[in-house]
Amino acid sequence: MSTGLAPASETPPRIVYPGSADPNAPRPVTPTGIPHRGGPENPSAAAIRAQFPDAVRRVDVVWGETTVVVAGDKVLEIVRWLHDQPLHLYTYLSDVTAVEFRDPEEPIAVVWHLRSLAYRRFLRLKAEIPPGAPLEADSVWPVFKGADWLERECYDMFGIRFRGHPDLRRILMWEQYLEGFPLRKDFPLRGRFSRAEQLRQALAANPEARYSMEELSIADAFEDLPPSMRARLKGGEKTGE
Amino acid sequence: MSNTRTIDVALSTSGLDAQGRPVRVPLAVDDAGNPVTVAPPHALEPDLEGEHMLINIGPQHPATHGVLRLVLELDGETVVRCIPHIGYLHCGFEKIGEYRQYNQIIPWTDREDYLNSIGNNVAFALSAERLFGIEITPRCTVLRVIAAELSRIISHLVWLGTTCIDIGAFTPFLWAFQERENVYRLLENWVGARLTTSATRVGGMAADIPDGWMDQLRGFLGEFPRTLDEIDRMLTRNAIWVGRTVGLGAMSAEDAENYGLSGPMLRASGVAYDVRKDFPYLGYETYDFDVPVGTRGDVYDRFLVRMEELRQSVRILEQAVVRLPDGPVNIDDPRVILPAKSKAMNEMESMIHHFKQVMEGPRPPIGEAYAAVESPKGEKGYYMVSDGTAKPVRWRIRPPSFVNLSAIPKLVEGHLLSDVIAINASIDIVMGEIDR
Repeated sequence: MSTGLAPASETPPRIVYPGSADPNAPRPVTPTGIPHRGGPENPSAAAIRAQFPDAVRRVDVVWGETTVVVAGDKVLEIVRWLHDQPLHLYTYLSDVTAVEFRDPEEPIAVVWHLRSLAYRRFLRLKAEIPPGAPLEADSVWPVFKGADWLERECYDMFGIRFRGHPDLRRILMWEQYLEGFPLRKDFPLRGRFSRAEQLRQALAANPEARYSMEELSIADAFEDLPPSMRARLKGGEKTGE
Repeated sequence: MSNTRTIDVALSTSGLDAQGRPVRVPLAVDDAGNPVTVAPPHALEPDLEGEHMLINIGPQHPATHGVLRLVLELDGETVVRCIPHIGYLHCGFEKIGEYRQYNQIIPWTDREDYLNSIGNNVAFALSAERLFGIEITPRCTVLRVIAAELSRIISHLVWLGTTCIDIGAFTPFLWAFQERENVYRLLENWVGARLTTSATRVGGMAADIPDGWMDQLRGFLGEFPRTLDEIDRMLTRNAIWVGRTVGLGAMSAEDAENYGLSGPMLRASGVAYDVRKDFPYLGYETYDFDVPVGTRGDVYDRFLVRMEELRQSVRILEQAVVRLPDGPVNIDDPRVILPAKSKAMNEMESMIHHFKQVMEGPRPPIGEAYAAVESPKGEKGYYMVSDGTAKPVRWRIRPPSFVNLSAIPKLVEGHLLSDVIAINASIDIVMGEIDR
């Protein structure tokens, strides 16, 4: 795919090829005959257990995917180790999400899906938050910048606070949303507020005031603010309404 | 530079000089006819140095491809900071999915990334089948490859057309949308719907292809590369196109990987990660196709990568047409596949199966599964958790454009306001998928 546009003096670009760390590995194929439980375990799971013996709660292999259940306050350390270790190189974060079961006795699980492109491995990390415990987990943002919005969405939908996230705000719901966290099982499908209340709130909202305080603080917009709002901004309020 | 201001030929001047150039007339002359120095115009305006401006693009703006809102802080015309706002289309697909049986979720997958609806159907069915432990038939596998690649063609064509419009080219938009119409006609002849296909079922497809459909597909595959060549000739070496796209929104390979980008966005930056090659599904490892990789990671490279992917999709389709085997489309398992209507009406056993499936729905064993496919936007995954009932405990969409869009503050900072439109177009976002 030569464009003829790049000058000849340009240094050859670096292209990252998946599977490069393990050139003798067989070519990946579509998996068949996957057992429900058991089967080959991701080699990284045993390595995590050896490196962090206190943090690993258990290792499950379900439908060919390895899940390592770890302590919630060790996630960042483990993820950083997996990211940097030349034998693992989990450099790609697919997803951050959470699972709440219908049974309220079951713990809420925060789930990280990691990929090692260099070794073509897939690993699921899980941290379980028992009922009653504060909904908190480590943010992996210091390692993966891509975790920013994924963790914000997880907070928005489940109310899980990610320690160390730089800007944990609602993302899909608006910042003034009062009904709670929609994907929690105690949140009814139709929403907490009645239709009439939702309509009343929608009509009462000032559509012009949709700038967050962060935006209002930008440069000279600050000079134009009324004194009352400037005082609120100085007091550390987050939203513009 | 002289402070004398001149204008090009005006209505009352003497016209062209001996070389055919317009006569430049001094704006201000004294009584003797000599030009007078006037102050440059910007000196008359108040000093704007250091003042930043807050500007709002969207949510209702045609170049934001839906209802994306970008709040930009500008220094002159340069973007200093970009704060994206999303969620205007949020309708809680994942919440609704927890109240639906698996086959009932399939219509929702049409409506998230609506340019790739049949590809989403395939992706959903694949992850549900992993959760059920089902192996689909060989014919179904090839039909799903055809569906996924057709949908990649649709999505890339829409991307191409709308990006052309954003940047100012109109003709390729018409060509792209005409070809997209041809693909939609194929889909309509197959599943009866154009946009909201709902084509797959857990364990098979809603319908086999009708008689003569393969000939229509062959006809399309014969015509389509010619259109691609025309678009290629129109854009790839076009000075305006190159000038508007090269060097914009560049991202290095390390950054792109760290930000979790996927699909053409990631490959344009030089990471050759394609789910079809590295974590294959539907037997993609048996097809002969290339993964185009860019080097600079700018808007132009993303364009080149997508153009090449269109050609590679045609290559895959040509191989799939040849190898489509005969045989059943659906697996033979009455627990997940509805019996034929004639059997359900005449045989006791089939009627019970029919009743159980419609009233209760198929039940997967307790477990969880994450299956990702290479959608036109990138790695699209469905993560499902089952507690043994007919409805998932959790149905999670891993939206590629959501993660790709999250990098936009980094992509646009330092660029001009007009380039924000081009960079935003190059991400190929579908707000239905981002907001879900």
